[in-house]
Amino acid sequence: MQSSKTMLSPETSAPAAAHLSLNNISKLFPGRNSWTDRLLRRTSKEFMAISNINLEVAPNRFVSIIGPSGCGKSTLLNIIAGLSQPTTGSVSINGQSVTAPGPDRGVVFQNYALMPWMTVAENIRFAVETVYPTMPIAEQKSIMQDYIGLVGLRGAETKHPHELSGGMKQRVGIARALAINPQILLMDEPFGALDALTRGFLQDEVERIWEQERKTVILITHSIEEALLLSDQIVMMTRGPAAQIAQVLDVPFPRPRRRETLDQYPDYHRLKTAMEQHLSYETRAVEESRIRP
Amino acid sequence: MTNQALRATTAQPKPILNPDQQAFLLFIAILLVFLGLWELGATLKIFLPIMPSASQTIQDFWFWMSDPFFDNGPNDQGIGLLLLTSLRRVLTGFLIGSAIAIPLGILIGLSEVVSKAVDPFIQILRPVSPLAWLPLGLALMRDSEKTALFVIAITSIWPTLINTKFGVSNVDVTYLNVARTLGASRWRTITKVILPAAAPNIVAGLRISLGIAWLVIVAAEILLSGGIGYFVWNEWNNLKITSIITAILVVGLVGLIMDRLFGLLQNWVSFGQRS
Repeated sequence: MQSSKTMLSPETSAPAAAHLSLNNISKLFPGRNSWTDRLLRRTSKEFMAISNINLEVAPNRFVSIIGPSGCGKSTLLNIIAGLSQPTTGSVSINGQSVTAPGPDRGVVFQNYALMPWMTVAENIRFAVETVYPTMPIAEQKSIMQDYIGLVGLRGAETKHPHELSGGMKQRVGIARALAINPQILLMDEPFGALDALTRGFLQDEVERIWEQERKTVILITHSIEEALLLSDQIVMMTRGPAAQIAQVLDVPFPRPRRRETLDQYPDYHRLKTAMEQHLSYETRAVEESRIRP
Repeated sequence: MTNQALRATTAQPKPILNPDQQAFLLFIAILLVFLGLWELGATLKIFLPIMPSASQTIQDFWFWMSDPFFDNGPNDQGIGLLLLTSLRRVLTGFLIGSAIAIPLGILIGLSEVVSKAVDPFIQILRPVSPLAWLPLGLALMRDSEKTALFVIAITSIWPTLINTKFGVSNVDVTYLNVARTLGASRWRTITKVILPAAAPNIVAGLRISLGIAWLVIVAAEILLSGGIGYFVWNEWNNLKITSIITAILVVGLVGLIMDRLFGLLQNWVSFGQRS
């Protein structure tokens, strides 16, 4: 077990997991109201997506962020990934402030974001080669093979993404994100586009993989069950605009967890009810605000 | 009797011919009706006397097809040799044009400033008929061969340029985000992500360019000399309508084949991005 873990991790000086802290993060999308915009009828109001987000994520923790739709979850993840800049506040990893994307954070995208012209193997190789350009080719290939094995895609190496099912595509997405050995794994509704059965299956896979590769993980999700199955902590957000963190729940279930037995833990129903109440209250408020702004 | 017929139809609900075969039969029928009306009109002298009959045209078509590569001097060549002359000009001009259009398209696709700066030139030059460049070419090159290449190259630039620019500047942002999150260099992002992502658009542009170049070569050769276009004009001066019709069919066939080849290339670079 231990040996397979070290084999899967390429040699780097960086620690395998990291402490993430979000300090007072807000994101304001500026509106468009210049005279040219008015002339072309494309004005928009400025929009405060998230405001004053403070969060500390300890190393090797699996944290889910859940909230009503449009609450800025993805905005927050993009800011952590460095793809988008916060209007105020800062993101730091192990005390170091980060402002740009980097291979210390692996991202799993909702729409898989695989390069259609690359095979499964090439998609993963592309990531490894980009992050470790001086690594010998043989070693790059062995890392690639390890991660293809880890996500259970052996035999599909030479297939192109359009030949894969949604679930298989997202396995490649996960393998690609893990193959660069990031300190933090960021997942933006990774199973949102999958059907319920495939989603459940991939959740089990992520649980299995996380047991092997304990990273700091931030998972954006809509699913209460998904959050309860996978997370150590669940961050519940309020509705937007100016979404904030409403509450952070600890999920004390022991690991490895199994979907079938999860509801036998005494806290399961308490947590689930709390999340359902919060989410349905916020979602109702969102719907009402759309009718009577 | 009726019972038997009924049984036959109910026992065989599937039509004997599939839609493709039906379409082919219909195609043959339309062709035969067209040729029949043509032949009839010509024998009844409904058309002008210069108009040949269908059978004469088919005979002449067969004459040109049976020996495409004879060469009795510059004004009496087989249709295959004439086509090769035109094809050589089109492909050379097309390569020159593409060698300008693709790098320029990538450049203006990558840089908004360059794009905005160059756009007025493109927008003004693009709608100009390629033949308007011909006198300028003759003045600059003083040589009909080079002028033909010049006109074809200019013709080939615009669709490729605009499609390349479109493809490069409209790469799916998630691909670019993947490259950014991996910390890929600008050069690596261009060569490994942007260009492969834009490849279907670039090939689509090349396909349109080659099609237009093939359209233009006939007109250009009528005004210059040599090749299939000159042949068309020459046969008009000889009042040989059958040869003109033959040339039209052959030009169409060659254009079709080139377009299909580019269609295959387009599928080859698309990887399911185009259904």
